[in-house]
Amino acid sequence: MATDELEMDRDGLDADAMVSLRDLRVSYGDREILHGISFDVKRGETMVILGGSGSGKSTLLRTLVGLERPSAGEIWIRGKNLAEISQDEMDEIRKHIGMSFQGSALFGSMTVGDNVALPLREHTMLEDSTIEIMLRLKLEQVGLAGFEYYMPSQLSGGMMKRAAVARALAMDPEILFFDEPSAGLDPIIAAGIDQLILELKKAFRMTIIVVTHELASAFLIADRMVLIDKGNVVAIGTTQEMRNSTQPRVRQFLDRVAEPEVARELDYLQMLTEDRRPANMPGGKGRA
Amino acid sequence: MELVSQIGGGVTNGLAYIGSLASLAGRAAWYTFVAPFRGKPLRLGRAFSQAMDVGVRALPILSLITFFIGLILALQSAYELRKFGAIDLVATAVAISMTRELGPLITAIVVIGRSGSAFAAEIGTMKVTEEIDALQTMAISPVAFLVTPKFMAMIAMLPCLTIWANTMGILGGALFGVAQADFTVARYVRASIDALFLRDIITGLVKSVMFGITITAVGCLEGLNTGAGAEQVGKSTTRAVVMSIFMVVVVDLVFTMLFFFLGG
Repeated sequence: MATDELEMDRDGLDADAMVSLRDLRVSYGDREILHGISFDVKRGETMVILGGSGSGKSTLLRTLVGLERPSAGEIWIRGKNLAEISQDEMDEIRKHIGMSFQGSALFGSMTVGDNVALPLREHTMLEDSTIEIMLRLKLEQVGLAGFEYYMPSQLSGGMMKRAAVARALAMDPEILFFDEPSAGLDPIIAAGIDQLILELKKAFRMTIIVVTHELASAFLIADRMVLIDKGNVVAIGTTQEMRNSTQPRVRQFLDRVAEPEVARELDYLQMLTEDRRPANMPGGKGRA
Repeated sequence: MELVSQIGGGVTNGLAYIGSLASLAGRAAWYTFVAPFRGKPLRLGRAFSQAMDVGVRALPILSLITFFIGLILALQSAYELRKFGAIDLVATAVAISMTRELGPLITAIVVIGRSGSAFAAEIGTMKVTEEIDALQTMAISPVAFLVTPKFMAMIAMLPCLTIWANTMGILGGALFGVAQADFTVARYVRASIDALFLRDIITGLVKSVMFGITITAVGCLEGLNTGAGAEQVGKSTTRAVVMSIFMVVVVDLVFTMLFFFLGG
Protein backbone atom coordinates (compact mmCIF):
# COMPACT_ATOMS: atom_id res chain seq x y z
CA MET A 1 0.00 0.00 0.00
CA ALA A 2 1.36 3.44 -0.95
CA THR A 3 2.26 5.77 1.92
CA ASP A 4 -0.09 8.60 0.92
CA GLU A 5 -2.91 6.09 0.70
CA LEU A 6 -2.06 5.09 4.27
CA GLU A 7 -2.10 8.72 5.35
CA MET A 8 -5.49 9.12 3.72
CA ASP A 9 -6.82 6.15 5.64
CA ARG A 10 -5.53 7.65 8.85
CA ASP A 11 -7.10 11.01 8.01
CA GLY A 12 -10.39 9.24 7.48
CA LEU A 13 -10.35 8.09 11.13
CA ASP A 14 -12.07 9.77 14.01
CA ALA A 15 -9.42 11.92 15.73
CA ASP A 16 -10.99 11.16 19.10
CA ALA A 17 -10.76 7.40 18.60
CA MET A 18 -8.24 5.41 20.66
CA VAL A 19 -8.88 2.23 18.69
CA SER A 20 -10.27 2.10 15.16
CA LEU A 21 -11.15 -1.06 13.28
CA ARG A 22 -11.75 -0.98 9.54
CA ASP A 23 -13.12 -4.07 7.79
CA LEU A 24 -11.06 -6.33 10.08
CA ARG A 25 -10.88 -9.94 8.99
CA VAL A 26 -9.17 -12.76 10.90
CA SER A 27 -8.78 -16.35 9.73
CA TYR A 28 -7.47 -19.55 11.28
CA GLY A 29 -6.14 -21.41 8.26
CA ASP A 30 -8.92 -21.47 5.67
CA ARG A 31 -11.65 -20.65 8.16
CA GLU A 32 -12.52 -16.97 8.48
CA ILE A 33 -13.59 -16.11 12.03
CA LEU A 34 -14.18 -12.37 11.73
CA HIS A 35 -15.79 -11.19 8.50
CA GLY A 36 -15.08 -7.48 8.32
CA ILE A 37 -15.48 -5.73 11.68
CA SER A 38 -15.51 -1.92 11.79
CA PHE A 39 -16.02 0.34 14.80
CA ASP A 40 -14.23 2.97 16.87
CA VAL A 41 -13.54 3.15 20.57
CA LYS A 42 -13.31 6.73 21.80
CA ARG A 43 -10.82 8.06 24.31
CA GLY A 44 -11.98 7.48 27.88
CA GLU A 45 -14.99 5.34 27.04
CA THR A 46 -15.75 1.81 28.15
CA MET A 47 -16.68 -0.34 25.19
CA VAL A 48 -18.15 -3.75 25.89
CA ILE A 49 -17.87 -6.38 23.17
CA LEU A 50 -20.84 -8.70 23.63
CA GLY A 51 -21.36 -12.00 21.93
CA GLY A 52 -22.20 -15.64 22.49
CA SER A 53 -19.75 -18.53 22.62
CA GLY A 54 -18.05 -18.96 19.26
CA SER A 55 -19.16 -15.50 18.06
CA GLY A 56 -15.54 -14.46 17.52
CA LYS A 57 -15.41 -11.92 20.36
CA SER A 58 -12.37 -13.50 22.02
CA THR A 59 -10.58 -13.70 18.66
CA LEU A 60 -11.37 -10.01 18.21
CA LEU A 61 -9.81 -9.19 21.57
CA ARG A 62 -6.74 -11.33 20.86
CA THR A 63 -6.32 -9.51 17.55
CA LEU A 64 -6.62 -6.11 19.25
CA VAL A 65 -3.69 -6.92 21.56
CA GLY A 66 -1.62 -8.39 18.72
CA LEU A 67 -1.88 -12.08 19.66
CA GLU A 68 -3.50 -12.85 16.30
CA ARG A 69 -2.61 -11.26 12.96
CA PRO A 70 -5.46 -9.88 10.86
CA SER A 71 -5.80 -11.52 7.43
CA ALA A 72 -7.19 -8.26 6.03
CA GLY A 73 -8.38 -4.86 7.20
CA GLU A 74 -6.89 -2.35 9.61
CA ILE A 75 -6.59 -1.84 13.36
CA TRP A 76 -5.38 1.64 14.34
CA ILE A 77 -3.98 2.12 17.84
CA ARG A 78 -1.74 5.10 18.71
CA GLY A 79 -1.58 6.12 15.05
CA LYS A 80 -0.23 2.75 13.90
CA ASN A 81 -1.95 0.08 11.86
CA LEU A 82 -1.39 -3.18 13.73
CA ALA A 83 -1.82 -5.16 10.52
CA GLU A 84 1.33 -3.70 9.04
CA ILE A 85 3.76 -2.97 11.85
CA SER A 86 6.90 -4.87 12.86
CA GLN A 87 7.31 -6.88 16.07
CA ASP A 88 9.33 -4.05 17.67
CA GLU A 89 6.62 -1.49 16.88
CA MET A 90 3.98 -3.87 18.23
CA ASP A 91 5.97 -4.24 21.45
CA GLU A 92 6.17 -0.45 21.72
CA ILE A 93 2.35 -0.22 21.52
CA ARG A 94 2.01 -3.06 24.02
CA LYS A 95 3.85 -0.98 26.61
CA HIS A 96 0.87 1.39 26.51
CA ILE A 97 -1.87 -1.21 26.84
CA GLY A 98 -2.81 -3.54 29.66
CA MET A 99 -4.62 -6.84 29.42
CA SER A 100 -6.46 -8.83 32.06
CA PHE A 101 -6.96 -12.43 30.96
CA GLN A 102 -9.96 -14.64 31.61
CA GLY A 103 -8.01 -17.03 33.85
CA SER A 104 -5.86 -14.20 35.32
CA ALA A 105 -2.68 -15.68 33.74
CA LEU A 106 -0.56 -14.74 36.76
CA PHE A 107 2.86 -16.38 36.74
CA GLY A 108 2.52 -19.22 39.22
CA SER A 109 6.24 -19.31 40.02
CA MET A 110 6.37 -15.66 41.15
CA THR A 111 4.82 -13.81 44.07
CA VAL A 112 1.96 -11.40 43.45
CA GLY A 113 4.38 -8.52 43.91
CA ASP A 114 6.86 -9.93 41.37
CA ASN A 115 4.00 -10.45 38.93
CA VAL A 116 3.00 -6.81 39.18
CA ALA A 117 6.60 -5.60 39.11
CA LEU A 118 7.58 -7.69 36.07
CA PRO A 119 6.64 -5.17 33.33
CA LEU A 120 8.35 -2.39 35.32
CA ARG A 121 11.53 -4.44 35.76
CA GLU A 122 11.53 -5.42 32.08
CA HIS A 123 10.76 -2.07 30.50
CA THR A 124 11.99 0.65 32.84
CA MET A 125 15.30 1.55 34.45
CA LEU A 126 13.61 2.33 37.78
CA GLU A 127 15.39 1.54 41.05
CA ASP A 128 14.14 -1.50 42.96
CA SER A 129 12.92 0.74 45.79
CA THR A 130 10.82 2.80 43.35
CA ILE A 131 9.38 -0.33 41.79
CA GLU A 132 8.52 -1.58 45.28
CA ILE A 133 6.55 1.61 45.98
CA MET A 134 4.80 1.46 42.61
CA LEU A 135 3.76 -2.16 42.97
CA ARG A 136 2.31 -1.45 46.42
CA LEU A 137 0.38 1.45 44.96
CA LYS A 138 -1.01 -0.71 42.16
CA LEU A 139 -2.01 -3.43 44.60
CA GLU A 140 -3.70 -0.84 46.78
CA GLN A 141 -5.65 0.46 43.79
CA VAL A 142 -7.18 -2.97 43.26
CA GLY A 143 -7.78 -3.59 46.96
CA LEU A 144 -4.94 -6.05 47.51
CA ALA A 145 -2.67 -4.00 49.79
CA GLY A 146 -0.35 -6.27 51.77
CA PHE A 147 -0.63 -9.25 49.44
CA GLU A 148 2.65 -8.71 47.58
CA TYR A 149 4.40 -11.68 49.17
CA TYR A 150 1.58 -14.15 48.51
CA MET A 151 1.87 -16.72 45.73
CA PRO A 152 -0.98 -16.61 43.18
CA SER A 153 -2.07 -20.10 44.28
CA GLN A 154 -2.79 -18.73 47.76
CA LEU A 155 -5.33 -16.22 46.41
CA SER A 156 -9.04 -16.73 45.72
CA GLY A 157 -10.42 -16.38 42.18
CA GLY A 158 -11.55 -12.80 42.71
CA MET A 159 -8.23 -11.80 44.28
CA MET A 160 -6.33 -13.35 41.37
CA LYS A 161 -8.43 -11.29 38.95
CA ARG A 162 -7.60 -8.16 40.97
CA ALA A 163 -3.89 -9.02 41.01
CA ALA A 164 -4.03 -9.50 37.23
CA VAL A 165 -5.63 -6.05 36.91
CA ALA A 166 -2.85 -4.59 39.08
CA ARG A 167 -0.28 -6.17 36.73
CA ALA A 168 -2.14 -4.79 33.70
CA LEU A 169 -2.05 -1.35 35.36
CA ALA A 170 1.67 -1.52 36.14
CA MET A 171 2.81 0.51 33.13
CA ASP A 172 -0.02 3.08 33.47
CA PRO A 173 -1.67 1.97 30.23
CA GLU A 174 -3.82 4.17 28.03
CA ILE A 175 -6.06 1.29 27.06
CA LEU A 176 -7.09 -1.56 29.33
CA PHE A 177 -8.47 -4.80 27.88
CA PHE A 178 -10.51 -7.32 29.85
CA ASP A 179 -11.33 -10.83 28.70
CA GLU A 180 -14.45 -12.10 30.50
CA PRO A 181 -13.71 -10.29 33.78
CA SER A 182 -16.48 -12.04 35.72
CA ALA A 183 -16.02 -15.57 34.32
CA GLY A 184 -15.89 -18.20 37.05
CA LEU A 185 -16.61 -15.76 39.88
CA ASP A 186 -19.62 -15.75 42.20
CA PRO A 187 -22.08 -12.85 41.72
CA ILE A 188 -20.76 -10.85 44.67
CA ILE A 189 -17.09 -11.12 43.68
CA ALA A 190 -18.03 -10.44 40.05
CA ALA A 191 -19.88 -7.28 41.15
CA GLY A 192 -16.68 -6.26 42.96
CA ILE A 193 -14.71 -6.58 39.72
CA ASP A 194 -17.36 -4.49 37.90
CA GLN A 195 -16.99 -1.88 40.62
CA LEU A 196 -13.21 -1.93 40.17
CA ILE A 197 -13.58 -1.32 36.42
CA LEU A 198 -15.91 1.62 37.11
CA GLU A 199 -13.46 3.07 39.63
CA LEU A 200 -10.53 2.78 37.20
CA LYS A 201 -12.55 4.57 34.57
CA LYS A 202 -13.52 7.34 36.96
CA ALA A 203 -10.09 7.78 38.51
CA PHE A 204 -7.88 7.56 35.41
CA ARG A 205 -10.29 8.30 32.55
CA MET A 206 -8.88 5.17 30.98
CA THR A 207 -10.13 3.70 27.72
CA ILE A 208 -11.46 0.26 28.61
CA ILE A 209 -12.44 -2.54 26.26
CA VAL A 210 -14.24 -5.50 27.84
CA VAL A 211 -15.24 -8.77 26.22
CA THR A 212 -18.07 -10.49 28.05
CA HIS A 213 -21.34 -12.34 27.71
CA GLU A 214 -22.55 -11.35 31.21
CA LEU A 215 -25.39 -8.96 30.45
CA ALA A 216 -25.83 -7.47 33.92
CA SER A 217 -22.14 -6.64 34.14
CA ALA A 218 -22.07 -5.32 30.58
CA PHE A 219 -24.93 -2.87 31.14
CA LEU A 220 -23.39 -1.69 34.39
CA ILE A 221 -19.91 -0.85 33.08
CA ALA A 222 -20.46 0.02 29.41
CA ASP A 223 -20.73 3.44 27.81
CA ARG A 224 -21.27 1.78 24.48
CA MET A 225 -21.52 -1.82 23.42
CA VAL A 226 -21.06 -3.80 20.25
CA LEU A 227 -22.78 -7.13 19.66
CA ILE A 228 -20.79 -9.62 17.61
CA ASP A 229 -22.46 -12.66 16.09
CA LYS A 230 -20.82 -15.26 13.83
CA GLY A 231 -17.93 -12.91 13.14
CA ASN A 232 -20.04 -9.88 12.17
CA VAL A 233 -21.07 -6.73 14.00
CA VAL A 234 -24.82 -7.03 14.59
CA ALA A 235 -25.38 -3.81 16.48
CA ILE A 236 -23.43 -1.02 18.09
CA GLY A 237 -24.66 1.74 20.37
CA THR A 238 -25.02 3.11 23.87
CA THR A 239 -26.50 0.91 26.56
CA GLN A 240 -29.82 2.77 26.15
CA GLU A 241 -29.83 2.27 22.38
CA MET A 242 -29.15 -1.42 22.85
CA ARG A 243 -31.93 -1.77 25.40
CA ASN A 244 -34.38 -0.11 23.01
CA SER A 245 -33.18 -2.00 19.95
CA THR A 246 -35.82 -3.91 18.04
CA GLN A 247 -33.31 -5.84 15.95
CA PRO A 248 -34.23 -9.53 16.32
CA ARG A 249 -30.68 -10.78 17.01
CA VAL A 250 -30.12 -8.09 19.67
CA ARG A 251 -33.47 -8.85 21.29
CA GLN A 252 -32.70 -12.58 21.25
CA PHE A 253 -29.35 -12.00 22.98
CA LEU A 254 -30.61 -9.49 25.52
CA ASP A 255 -33.81 -11.42 26.29
CA ARG A 256 -31.83 -14.67 26.52
CA VAL A 257 -33.95 -16.61 24.02
CA ALA A 258 -32.56 -20.01 22.99
CA GLU A 259 -31.81 -20.72 19.32
CA PRO A 260 -34.85 -22.29 17.57
CA GLU A 261 -32.93 -25.48 16.72
CA VAL A 262 -31.81 -25.85 20.35
CA ALA A 263 -35.40 -25.42 21.50
CA ARG A 264 -36.49 -28.13 19.04
CA GLU A 265 -33.75 -30.47 20.32
CA LEU A 266 -34.95 -29.88 23.87
CA ASP A 267 -38.53 -30.78 22.86
CA TYR A 268 -37.25 -33.94 21.24
CA LEU A 269 -35.22 -34.83 24.34
CA GLN A 270 -38.24 -34.30 26.55
CA MET A 271 -40.31 -36.52 24.28
CA LEU A 272 -37.67 -39.26 24.44
CA THR A 273 -37.35 -39.20 28.22
CA GLU A 274 -41.13 -39.30 28.66
CA ASP A 275 -41.41 -42.28 26.32
CA ARG A 276 -38.67 -44.24 28.05
CA ARG A 277 -39.84 -43.59 31.57
CA PRO A 278 -40.42 -47.03 33.19
CA ALA A 279 -44.00 -48.10 33.72
CA ASN A 280 -43.76 -48.02 37.52
CA MET A 281 -42.39 -44.45 37.62
CA PRO A 282 -44.77 -41.62 38.42
CA GLY A 283 -45.83 -40.01 35.16
CA GLY A 284 -44.64 -43.05 33.19
CA LYS A 285 -46.62 -44.58 30.38
CA GLY A 286 -47.89 -47.44 32.55
CA ARG A 287 -49.92 -45.13 34.74
CA ALA A 288 -51.67 -43.43 31.87
CA MET B 1 2.02 -44.84 -4.36
CA GLU B 2 0.33 -44.44 -1.00
CA LEU B 3 3.49 -45.67 0.74
CA VAL B 4 5.75 -43.32 -1.19
CA SER B 5 3.59 -40.32 -0.34
CA GLN B 6 3.52 -41.37 3.32
CA ILE B 7 7.31 -41.67 3.40
CA GLY B 8 7.59 -38.30 1.62
CA GLY B 9 5.20 -36.71 4.14
CA GLY B 10 7.15 -38.21 7.04
CA VAL B 11 10.47 -36.91 5.73
CA THR B 12 9.01 -33.44 5.11
CA ASN B 13 7.54 -33.32 8.62
CA GLY B 14 10.84 -34.49 10.11
CA LEU B 15 12.80 -31.82 8.28
CA ALA B 16 10.24 -29.15 9.25
CA TYR B 17 10.60 -30.24 12.90
CA ILE B 18 14.40 -29.99 12.75
CA GLY B 19 13.94 -26.58 11.11
CA SER B 20 11.73 -25.39 14.00
CA LEU B 21 14.31 -26.66 16.53
CA ALA B 22 17.09 -24.81 14.72
CA SER B 23 14.98 -21.65 14.48
CA LEU B 24 14.24 -21.72 18.23
CA ALA B 25 17.92 -22.30 19.07
CA GLY B 26 18.86 -19.50 16.65
CA ARG B 27 16.47 -17.05 18.30
CA ALA B 28 17.83 -17.98 21.72
CA ALA B 29 21.37 -17.42 20.41
CA TRP B 30 20.30 -13.97 19.14
CA TYR B 31 18.90 -13.07 22.57
CA THR B 32 22.15 -14.29 24.20
CA PHE B 33 24.79 -12.78 21.94
CA VAL B 34 23.18 -9.89 20.00
CA ALA B 35 20.25 -8.51 21.99
CA PRO B 36 22.31 -7.50 25.08
CA PHE B 37 24.24 -5.08 22.83
CA ARG B 38 20.94 -3.53 21.75
CA GLY B 39 19.82 -2.63 25.22
CA LYS B 40 17.83 -5.78 25.94
CA PRO B 41 18.54 -7.49 29.23
CA LEU B 42 20.42 -10.80 29.46
CA ARG B 43 18.60 -12.71 32.18
CA LEU B 44 21.61 -14.12 34.04
CA GLY B 45 19.67 -14.48 37.29
CA ARG B 46 17.07 -16.70 35.65
CA ALA B 47 19.84 -18.64 33.85
CA PHE B 48 21.63 -19.16 37.18
CA SER B 49 18.56 -20.55 38.94
CA GLN B 50 17.88 -22.81 35.92
CA ALA B 51 21.52 -23.98 36.10
CA MET B 52 21.05 -24.91 39.76
CA ASP B 53 18.01 -26.94 38.80
CA VAL B 54 19.48 -28.58 35.71
CA GLY B 55 22.96 -29.12 37.09
CA VAL B 56 23.44 -29.15 40.83
CA ARG B 57 20.19 -30.90 41.71
CA ALA B 58 20.89 -33.63 39.15
CA LEU B 59 24.18 -34.62 40.85
CA PRO B 60 22.94 -37.25 43.34
CA ILE B 61 20.96 -39.33 40.85
CA LEU B 62 23.52 -38.87 38.08
CA SER B 63 26.35 -39.96 40.41
CA LEU B 64 24.51 -43.10 41.42
CA ILE B 65 23.57 -44.08 37.87
CA THR B 66 27.00 -43.48 36.33
CA PHE B 67 28.77 -45.23 39.23
CA PHE B 68 26.68 -48.32 38.54
CA ILE B 69 27.18 -48.01 34.80
CA GLY B 70 30.97 -47.89 35.37
CA LEU B 71 30.72 -51.01 37.52
CA ILE B 72 28.58 -52.80 34.92
CA LEU B 73 31.04 -51.85 32.17
CA ALA B 74 33.93 -53.25 34.20
CA LEU B 75 32.07 -56.50 34.84
CA GLN B 76 31.07 -56.90 31.19
CA SER B 77 34.51 -56.14 29.77
CA ALA B 78 36.26 -58.30 32.38
CA TYR B 79 34.09 -61.21 31.24
CA GLU B 80 35.83 -61.15 27.82
CA LEU B 81 39.23 -59.77 28.85
CA ARG B 82 39.69 -62.48 31.47
CA LYS B 83 39.75 -65.09 28.71
CA PHE B 84 42.84 -63.45 27.26
CA GLY B 85 44.46 -62.84 30.62
CA ALA B 86 44.14 -59.13 29.98
CA ILE B 87 42.01 -58.19 32.95
CA ASP B 88 44.35 -55.24 33.56
CA LEU B 89 42.79 -53.61 30.50
CA VAL B 90 39.49 -53.20 32.35
CA ALA B 91 40.54 -49.71 33.45
CA THR B 92 41.26 -48.70 29.86
CA ALA B 93 38.00 -50.14 28.53
CA VAL B 94 35.89 -48.41 31.18
CA ALA B 95 37.70 -45.07 30.88
CA ILE B 96 37.41 -44.91 27.10
CA SER B 97 33.78 -46.05 26.87
CA MET B 98 32.75 -43.67 29.62
CA THR B 99 34.44 -40.53 28.35
CA ARG B 100 33.83 -41.00 24.63
CA GLU B 101 30.30 -42.35 24.72
CA LEU B 102 28.47 -43.39 27.84
CA GLY B 103 29.30 -40.42 30.06
CA PRO B 104 27.74 -37.85 27.69
CA LEU B 105 24.88 -40.17 26.68
CA ILE B 106 23.82 -41.26 30.17
CA THR B 107 24.09 -37.65 31.37
CA ALA B 108 21.89 -36.54 28.49
CA ILE B 109 19.30 -39.20 29.27
CA VAL B 110 19.18 -38.30 32.98
CA VAL B 111 18.88 -34.60 32.05
CA ILE B 112 16.08 -35.38 29.57
CA GLY B 113 14.18 -37.18 32.31
CA ARG B 114 14.70 -34.44 34.87
CA SER B 115 14.85 -31.20 32.89
CA GLY B 116 13.75 -31.74 29.27
CA SER B 117 10.40 -33.03 30.51
CA ALA B 118 10.18 -30.22 33.08
CA PHE B 119 10.79 -27.59 30.38
CA ALA B 120 7.96 -28.96 28.26
CA ALA B 121 5.62 -29.24 31.24
CA GLU B 122 6.44 -25.76 32.55
CA ILE B 123 6.10 -23.97 29.22
CA GLY B 124 3.12 -26.13 28.22
CA THR B 125 1.25 -25.26 31.43
CA MET B 126 2.05 -21.59 30.91
CA LYS B 127 0.66 -21.87 27.38
CA VAL B 128 -2.57 -23.48 28.63
CA THR B 129 -3.07 -20.89 31.39
CA GLU B 130 -2.47 -18.00 28.94
CA GLU B 131 0.75 -16.99 30.74
CA ILE B 132 2.65 -17.08 27.43
CA ASP B 133 0.01 -14.76 25.94
CA ALA B 134 0.32 -12.54 29.01
CA LEU B 135 4.09 -12.28 28.48
CA GLN B 136 3.53 -11.28 24.87
CA THR B 137 0.93 -8.63 25.71
CA MET B 138 3.44 -7.20 28.21
CA ALA B 139 5.92 -6.90 25.31
CA ILE B 140 8.15 -9.59 26.84
CA SER B 141 9.34 -12.21 24.38
CA PRO B 142 8.68 -15.73 25.70
CA VAL B 143 11.83 -16.90 23.90
CA ALA B 144 13.94 -14.26 25.63
CA PHE B 145 12.27 -14.68 29.01
CA LEU B 146 11.74 -18.44 29.23
CA VAL B 147 13.73 -20.24 26.55
CA THR B 148 17.06 -18.37 26.45
CA PRO B 149 17.93 -18.82 30.16
CA LYS B 150 17.27 -22.54 29.74
CA PHE B 151 19.68 -22.74 26.79
CA MET B 152 22.35 -20.86 28.76
CA ALA B 153 21.90 -23.14 31.77
CA MET B 154 22.01 -26.33 29.70
CA ILE B 155 25.03 -25.35 27.63
CA ALA B 156 26.93 -24.45 30.79
CA MET B 157 25.84 -27.40 32.91
CA LEU B 158 25.80 -30.40 30.56
CA PRO B 159 29.60 -30.49 30.01
CA CYS B 160 30.13 -30.11 33.78
CA LEU B 161 27.69 -32.93 34.51
CA THR B 162 29.40 -35.04 31.84
CA ILE B 163 32.83 -34.62 33.46
CA TRP B 164 31.28 -35.58 36.77
CA ALA B 165 29.59 -38.60 35.17
CA ASN B 166 32.91 -39.71 33.61
CA THR B 167 34.60 -39.51 37.00
CA MET B 168 31.87 -41.43 38.76
CA GLY B 169 31.88 -44.08 36.02
CA ILE B 170 35.63 -44.55 36.40
CA LEU B 171 35.21 -44.84 40.18
CA GLY B 172 32.50 -47.46 39.58
CA GLY B 173 34.98 -49.39 37.47
CA ALA B 174 37.58 -48.95 40.19
CA LEU B 175 35.35 -50.74 42.66
CA PHE B 176 35.55 -53.85 40.47
CA GLY B 177 39.23 -53.28 39.76
CA VAL B 178 40.09 -53.16 43.46
CA ALA B 179 37.80 -56.02 44.46
CA GLN B 180 38.55 -58.44 41.63
CA ALA B 181 41.65 -57.46 39.66
CA ASP B 182 44.41 -56.62 42.13
CA PHE B 183 44.26 -52.88 41.48
CA THR B 184 44.65 -50.28 44.17
CA VAL B 185 42.41 -47.22 43.76
CA ALA B 186 45.43 -45.03 42.93
CA ARG B 187 46.77 -47.50 40.38
CA TYR B 188 43.33 -47.92 38.77
CA VAL B 189 42.86 -44.17 38.46
CA ARG B 190 46.37 -43.74 37.03
CA ALA B 191 45.73 -46.55 34.52
CA SER B 192 42.50 -44.81 33.49
CA ILE B 193 44.18 -41.45 33.06
CA ASP B 194 47.03 -43.04 31.08
CA ALA B 195 44.49 -44.67 28.77
CA LEU B 196 42.81 -41.40 27.92
CA PHE B 197 43.84 -38.85 25.38
CA LEU B 198 42.68 -35.27 25.66
CA ARG B 199 40.71 -35.71 22.44
CA ASP B 200 38.62 -38.48 24.04
CA ILE B 201 37.49 -36.08 26.70
CA ILE B 202 36.97 -33.21 24.27
CA THR B 203 34.87 -35.23 21.80
CA GLY B 204 32.66 -36.24 24.73
CA LEU B 205 32.29 -32.66 25.85
CA VAL B 206 31.53 -31.39 22.34
CA LYS B 207 28.81 -34.01 22.15
CA SER B 208 27.44 -32.99 25.54
CA VAL B 209 27.11 -29.35 24.43
CA MET B 210 25.20 -30.51 21.33
CA PHE B 211 23.00 -32.73 23.52
CA GLY B 212 22.27 -29.75 25.75
CA ILE B 213 21.16 -27.65 22.79
CA THR B 214 19.03 -30.53 21.45
CA ILE B 215 17.31 -31.29 24.76
CA THR B 216 16.48 -27.63 25.43
CA ALA B 217 15.23 -27.01 21.90
CA VAL B 218 12.97 -30.09 21.92
CA GLY B 219 11.66 -29.49 25.47
CA CYS B 220 10.88 -25.82 24.86
CA LEU B 221 9.44 -26.35 21.37
CA GLU B 222 7.11 -29.09 22.60
CA GLY B 223 6.05 -26.81 25.45
CA LEU B 224 5.38 -23.88 23.12
CA ASN B 225 3.42 -26.15 20.74
CA THR B 226 1.10 -27.40 23.48
CA GLY B 227 -2.56 -27.31 22.48
CA ALA B 228 -5.46 -26.26 24.67
CA GLY B 229 -6.26 -28.20 27.84
CA ALA B 230 -4.39 -29.87 30.68
CA GLU B 231 -4.32 -33.20 28.85
CA GLN B 232 -2.17 -31.62 26.14
CA VAL B 233 0.52 -30.73 28.69
CA GLY B 234 0.93 -34.43 29.45
CA LYS B 235 1.13 -35.22 25.76
CA SER B 236 3.78 -32.54 25.10
CA THR B 237 5.82 -33.77 28.04
CA THR B 238 5.77 -37.34 26.77
CA ARG B 239 6.60 -36.18 23.26
CA ALA B 240 9.44 -34.02 24.59
CA VAL B 241 11.04 -37.01 26.35
CA VAL B 242 10.64 -39.43 23.45
CA MET B 243 11.76 -36.91 20.81
CA SER B 244 14.71 -35.75 22.95
CA ILE B 245 16.00 -39.29 23.41
CA PHE B 246 15.65 -39.94 19.68
CA MET B 247 17.26 -36.64 18.69
CA VAL B 248 20.13 -37.12 21.17
CA VAL B 249 20.88 -40.53 19.67
CA VAL B 250 20.79 -39.04 16.16
CA VAL B 251 23.10 -36.18 17.17
CA ASP B 252 25.36 -38.74 18.89
CA LEU B 253 25.54 -40.81 15.71
CA VAL B 254 26.28 -37.77 13.55
CA PHE B 255 29.07 -36.53 15.81
CA THR B 256 30.56 -39.98 16.39
CA MET B 257 30.74 -40.44 12.61
CA LEU B 258 32.21 -36.97 12.23
CA PHE B 259 34.93 -37.64 14.81
CA PHE B 260 35.58 -41.09 13.32
CA PHE B 261 36.18 -39.72 9.83
CA LEU B 262 38.11 -36.74 11.13
CA GLY B 263 40.34 -39.20 12.93
CA GLY B 264 39.29 -38.03 16.42
